[in-house]
Amino acid sequence: MKILVCISQVPDTTTKIILKDNDTAINSQGTTYIINPYDEWYALVRAIELKESGIATEIHLVTVGKADIEPVIRKALALGGDEAIRIDAESIDPYQTAVYIADYTKSAGYDLVLCGKESIDYNNGTTGVLLAELLDMDYIGFATSVKIEGNVAIVNREIEGGEETDSCNLPVVIACQKGVAEARIPNMRGIMAARTRPLKVIAPSAITPLTAILSYELPPAKAGVKLVSADNMDELVALLHTEAKSI
Amino acid sequence: MSVIVLVEHTGGNIKKKSFEAVQYAAQIAQQTATTVTAVVLGSIADAEMEALGNYGASKVIHIADNRLDELHARAYTTALVNIARAEDSKIIITLYDINGRAVAPRVAAQLKAGIVAGALSYPNLEKGFAIKKSVFSGKAFAWVNVLSDVKVIMLMPNTFQLSKTDGKATIEKQDISFSEKDFGIKVTAVNKVTGEIALTDATLVVSGGRGMKGPENWGLIEDLAKELGAATACSRPVADTHWRPHHEHVGQTGGTIRPDLYIAVGISGAIQHLAGVNGSKTIVVINSDPEAPFFKAANYGVVGDAMAVLPKLTAAVKKFKEQHH
Ligand SMILES: Cc1cc2nc3c(=O)[nH]c(=O)nc-3n(C[C@H](O)[C@H](O)[C@H](O)COP(=O)(O)OP(=O)(O)OC[C@H]3O[C@@H](n4cnc5c(N)ncnc54)[C@H](O)[C@@H]3O)c2cc1C
Ligand SMILES: Nc1ncnc2c1ncn2[C@@H]1O[C@H](COP(=O)(O)O)[C@@H](O)[C@H]1O
Repeated sequence: MKILVCISQVPDTTTKIILKDNDTAINSQGTTYIINPYDEWYALVRAIELKESGIATEIHLVTVGKADIEPVIRKALALGGDEAIRIDAESIDPYQTAVYIADYTKSAGYDLVLCGKESIDYNNGTTGVLLAELLDMDYIGFATSVKIEGNVAIVNREIEGGEETDSCNLPVVIACQKGVAEARIPNMRGIMAARTRPLKVIAPSAITPLTAILSYELPPAKAGVKLVSADNMDELVALLHTEAKSI
Repeated sequence: MSVIVLVEHTGGNIKKKSFEAVQYAAQIAQQTATTVTAVVLGSIADAEMEALGNYGASKVIHIADNRLDELHARAYTTALVNIARAEDSKIIITLYDINGRAVAPRVAAQLKAGIVAGALSYPNLEKGFAIKKSVFSGKAFAWVNVLSDVKVIMLMPNTFQLSKTDGKATIEKQDISFSEKDFGIKVTAVNKVTGEIALTDATLVVSGGRGMKGPENWGLIEDLAKELGAATACSRPVADTHWRPHHEHVGQTGGTIRPDLYIAVGISGAIQHLAGVNGSKTIVVINSDPEAPFFKAANYGVVGDAMAVLPKLTAAVKKFKEQHH
């Protein structure tokens, strides 16, 4: 069984967001990029577990991005991928990104496509669903566990107000979140071995984006905390009622 | 040309956030000089659907097929795409929640529509079709311009106040023929958390961190939540050490919530935790350390020992409720 894991690179969470060019762009100078946590901790680690247990034979990683993100995809390879594919384009339109990945994936014959619940940069959570639609595959989002039995994926997923267990024939796209795998970190050997693993670069297909970001805004600064004495909880409740209007 | 909106219901009751989506759609319909068609799928009574008129729907299309009582995203997509084509709709709206997120991108791909995931504003038509959404886990907002002719919007729940009108909607029954692949995913078990308030829908949330010391003290969190009618949440280490179930974990690697009120007890306020809760309208922090970073992100703060403060706060809420009834 061949697994494809979709890896997106995102600014480290602790990054302070600074705007530039009249608020039309984010200043990325000095920003450290990491593997999107959902892709790394859950999708990729689960793929590795499936390979270690003999269910998967090969793990490929795909990312849409320019050459400067190669350290991120190298780190993903060090964790356990057999081969990486970088589609050489910059895209923040999910449709465009999904078409790039779909066009590559169509002829590659993957049995399982794993992605993350969402990227922590643009917080869309749409790429995986779009990919499934473009590939005419089923999609299971918000997965909390992924098992493979023969040609069938058995998936627990979060639903409105609870959880359910789904079964679905392969191939399928599954978006992973907490629960799917336990986190782990690469060892030095993995990092050395990853240097020799192939990182293929392919050209993107021609597709125009359907959305564009016009500008950014930073949230207004908090007015400052109003401290209430621990002995005066009646006052806190009154403030929550009259001032905050939340109860 | 109508604006289409997907309505969610549970056990035959329309969800409050779906009324909000209909009202949002009505405002956009007014901006673009058209009307709202609400789409309801699965088993539900006509009387319940009529209420959609109160929030601005002029027509309700009901597909009563009971297979649609469960989320079958591809079947939902087939229904929405069929209706959108028949009505020549240019704008399709769902919620930015578990159901909407499984359906809207599929609809968008079929209709070659650009998507806004998690809309926080009405479209600005002077700038094109630009909608505000949260990015970088709440650290910034982006105005996303939809360039395509057809637009798909997922509305962030709990963004707009509901206001009821005496509008009326007509209900139209439709049948749609689905294909086998629309039901490719088989649901083999469902485990609904009953009796508790679903965290993602809750307007009030009480959350505990490592400062609660251990699971044996969680009764204090639950008592306050119960008194308020709030859902409960926790920080990541609390879920990781199994003091609390995983679905309660909020933050960058857990759930994202935007309640009206978030009460954080014994949580330090790490940036990864804030990423999941900084969309809350009001934040109350209870922490024994006056230097805890969470106070910087809070509206109200109480410096003190949670074990002593929580019972007092619960009693104060109780007293308040008795006086206001
Ligand atoms: C990539 C990554 C992703 C992460 N994702 C998440 C995430 O999704 N969600 C998340 O929550 N964390 C996440 N974390 C972890 C995060 O960085 C913090 O470590 C975590 O949020 C701390 O949890 P805490 O506040 O409960 O515990 P602590 O940091 O230990 O804080 C406990 C707090 O309780 C206070 N306290 C102690 N005793 C009392 C008392 N008696 N009464 C009142 N207050 C008391 C202390 O002053 C302190 O502020 C992530 C970290 C990384 C690196
Ligand atoms: N540029 C990208 N390259 C590869 N995979 C991506 C990219 N962007 C998003 N994905 C995948 O799609 C998931 C959802 O991302 P998003 O729709 O951007 O929130 C991510 O967790 C990744 O698995």
